[in-house]
Amino acid sequence: MSALTLRGLTVRRGACPVVDAVDLSVAPGEVVGLLGPNGAGKTTLMRGALGLIAADGVSSLAALPPRARARAAAWLPQNREIAWGLSVADLVALGRLPHGRGGTPADRAAIQGALAAMRLETFASRRATALSGGEQARVLIARALAQEAPLLMADEPIAGLDPAAQIATLELFAQLARDRRAVLTSLHDLNLAARHCTRLVLLDKGRKVADGAPRDVLSKTNLASVFRLDAALIETDAGLVIDPRGVLA
Amino acid sequence: MMRAVTLAALSALVVLMIGASLLVGYAPLRPGPALAALFGQGDPLTVIVMQDIRLPRACLAAVVGAALGMSGAAMQGLLRNPLAEPGLIGVSGSAALGAVIALQTGLAGAFALALPLTALVFAAGAVALLLLLAGSRGGSLTLILAGIAVSALAGALTSLVLNLSPNPYAAAEVVFWLLGSVADRSMEHVSLAAPLILAGLAVLALTARGLDALTLGEDAAEALGVSMARLRLQVLVGTAAAVGAATAVAGAIGFVGLVVPHLLRPLMRARPGALLAASALGGAAMVLAADLAVRLILPDRDLKLGVVMALIGAPLFLHLIFRTRKELA
Amino acid sequence: MRFGAALAIAGAVLGVPAWGAPARVVSLNVCTDQLAHLLAAPGQLISVSALAHDPRSSAYADALADIPANGGGAEEVVLLEPDLILAGTFTTRATVEMLEGLGHEVALFPPVTSLSQVTEHMARMGALLGREDAARNLIAAFEAGLDRTPPLPDGPRTLLYYPMGSTAGRGTLADALMEAAGLTNIAAEMGLSYGTLQLEQAVLAAPDLILTPAPYARPTRATDLPGHPALRAVAPLRRIEAGAAWSCETPALLQAIADLRALAEDAR
Repeated sequence: MSALTLRGLTVRRGACPVVDAVDLSVAPGEVVGLLGPNGAGKTTLMRGALGLIAADGVSSLAALPPRARARAAAWLPQNREIAWGLSVADLVALGRLPHGRGGTPADRAAIQGALAAMRLETFASRRATALSGGEQARVLIARALAQEAPLLMADEPIAGLDPAAQIATLELFAQLARDRRAVLTSLHDLNLAARHCTRLVLLDKGRKVADGAPRDVLSKTNLASVFRLDAALIETDAGLVIDPRGVLA
Repeated sequence: MMRAVTLAALSALVVLMIGASLLVGYAPLRPGPALAALFGQGDPLTVIVMQDIRLPRACLAAVVGAALGMSGAAMQGLLRNPLAEPGLIGVSGSAALGAVIALQTGLAGAFALALPLTALVFAAGAVALLLLLAGSRGGSLTLILAGIAVSALAGALTSLVLNLSPNPYAAAEVVFWLLGSVADRSMEHVSLAAPLILAGLAVLALTARGLDALTLGEDAAEALGVSMARLRLQVLVGTAAAVGAATAVAGAIGFVGLVVPHLLRPLMRARPGALLAASALGGAAMVLAADLAVRLILPDRDLKLGVVMALIGAPLFLHLIFRTRKELA
Repeated sequence: MRFGAALAIAGAVLGVPAWGAPARVVSLNVCTDQLAHLLAAPGQLISVSALAHDPRSSAYADALADIPANGGGAEEVVLLEPDLILAGTFTTRATVEMLEGLGHEVALFPPVTSLSQVTEHMARMGALLGREDAARNLIAAFEAGLDRTPPLPDGPRTLLYYPMGSTAGRGTLADALMEAAGLTNIAAEMGLSYGTLQLEQAVLAAPDLILTPAPYARPTRATDLPGHPALRAVAPLRRIEAGAAWSCETPALLQAIADLRALAEDAR
């Protein structure tokens, strides 16, 4: 059974489709990277899939009632909003809202697990709004982890993180996949995507133009036609390295 | 744990304040006979003073305070802005306008609930307008400017309606509706307002989880299973019912919904959901205390409750603006 | 001298002013409006205040309807070319000063606070208008009226309670009227003059009777205090017409006293 199935998902802004008839399936054990230039429709695709905006076509998640959907998928939006000065532990505990009134041993275990996974144990009683931007991002990821949903959808979760935190986060996603959960994440860093995702999906102008193993999706032709990049693809003993050398006209 | 302790302490404070409110008055009554009179024992005149004058005043101060405190906490949670306050952003003023129109057109006499319901409708209109103007994420500047416009218009129309009436006490009426008071209300007023206020508070209590989730923004809250449309509707209806009914009998009392959540937020670890119940209790205690101050500071003057609240609230309001001025700039 | 007196008597009988009396009198105050109307010769009072036509303030509104009203502005009054201007001491101060500055004769009447002041004012108005005989008749009728309704012995202790908790005690006309009717005024008993009485104090004063003005159309919060259930629980509450008949030095005061007596007897 897949964690997410989209068939012909279309989101229109006015008459113009921003996401255009996208078919997509994400299975447990996968970390699917969603790639595409600015404005390709990555965020809109994920919001449409969650049912947060009106969309045509079929989404297995959007069809669920809100509480059931919240237990099926955790959503980490790109704008990292923390409105009030909650403690880190309280903020992470918000991830448990879909699971009932809270305070059960399972809730506490999930919160502790999420804090540990993001190495935030020592921050638990700090005010989240007093932390740095990168630290806040980690707190918000921990919140999504505490939701313990089979699918994690994250919109550019590593933007603004330091290199170590970026890699640690993507390694965490890989660990989730090994635990038979699924991750769908939009990314801009092609090298990290190539190295840490099990599969990549490439969007261009709202359409899905490639879907498959990183090596297949990140072809010289796709990089040229979608990203307008003149890039060299270098095989190293640690895997594929993409070296963008210039911008095509 | 801390939350339970705080709520218990606030409840105790409300009980204490109600006791003080019953024992402090314009006539010097000794506590023993006064309490006996509250239960119908002793001098019949003292019984009348306790049961018909002091008891409704204390009850009304408590429910009006609860309504204003909780509405303030709910609106702040929804707009994610500590400056959202029913009095400052014109919800109370609009409710007062509705009440004055109901009284002056004679609609209030049509059926018992006509007065608070008219106030409710006007309050709901103001909340809806503010949600529309302040947008999904209420920026402080938009919110306050919209609030000033709504307050000013509601206040001007209230004064106009009263000036056009043949009542020679129009000036006193305007002062009452713009500043508010719980002095010399009767049980009739309590029974008129309390059911609607309690219904409003019950609706607001349903928003606790949604407001908690909203800490993360609308998208994240929706993805956590919160229906934003329903949450907005609940805050709108709950605030309108609570503030509308409170204002219909006590006039527009400002700043309660600003001061109380601000003071209690640290004690509730900043969680907007937990702040709701605490602000209801804190609001009740605050209005009871302010009404005591009205009687103790200038007992022979008709000092208005709203004046005392503004003296406490306005400096805090300035302090909050000072703190958020970066956002305002 | 004899001739002059004879002329004056003839004038009084015929309803024309005595020699030297002002021919064009303008009044700016609702009380001087009424008193002047009662004493003036036909045509002598040429203009009254706007309130004179309002039955809520003026006991003789109907009779005064034919005399044009002025807005109380100095400009308007000057154009009426008055020989004498009548005004109250508390109202239209600026207008009065201006009119005096322009050389007009202005007679000021303070608000009456006792029944003896009522007859003094009647005599003074008679003298100003050159209508002394009419004033003597009015005073005689007024005093006879008072004698016909002596104070009720042992009348009820009464609380006069106005909107917003105000009351009238010592040194007020309302107190004088209550005394004339035989009612004990609780506010005077407490040593109050004009002042406010908190609802609690009003209840604990244990009145036998509470008098409060008839409510204005569509009262709202600030002014519905006399309707509070606590007052109704203490003593019978009677609505009185405390406007026109109560405030000015005219024989209408006799009606106010009679009304008070009737209410007091009714409340026994």
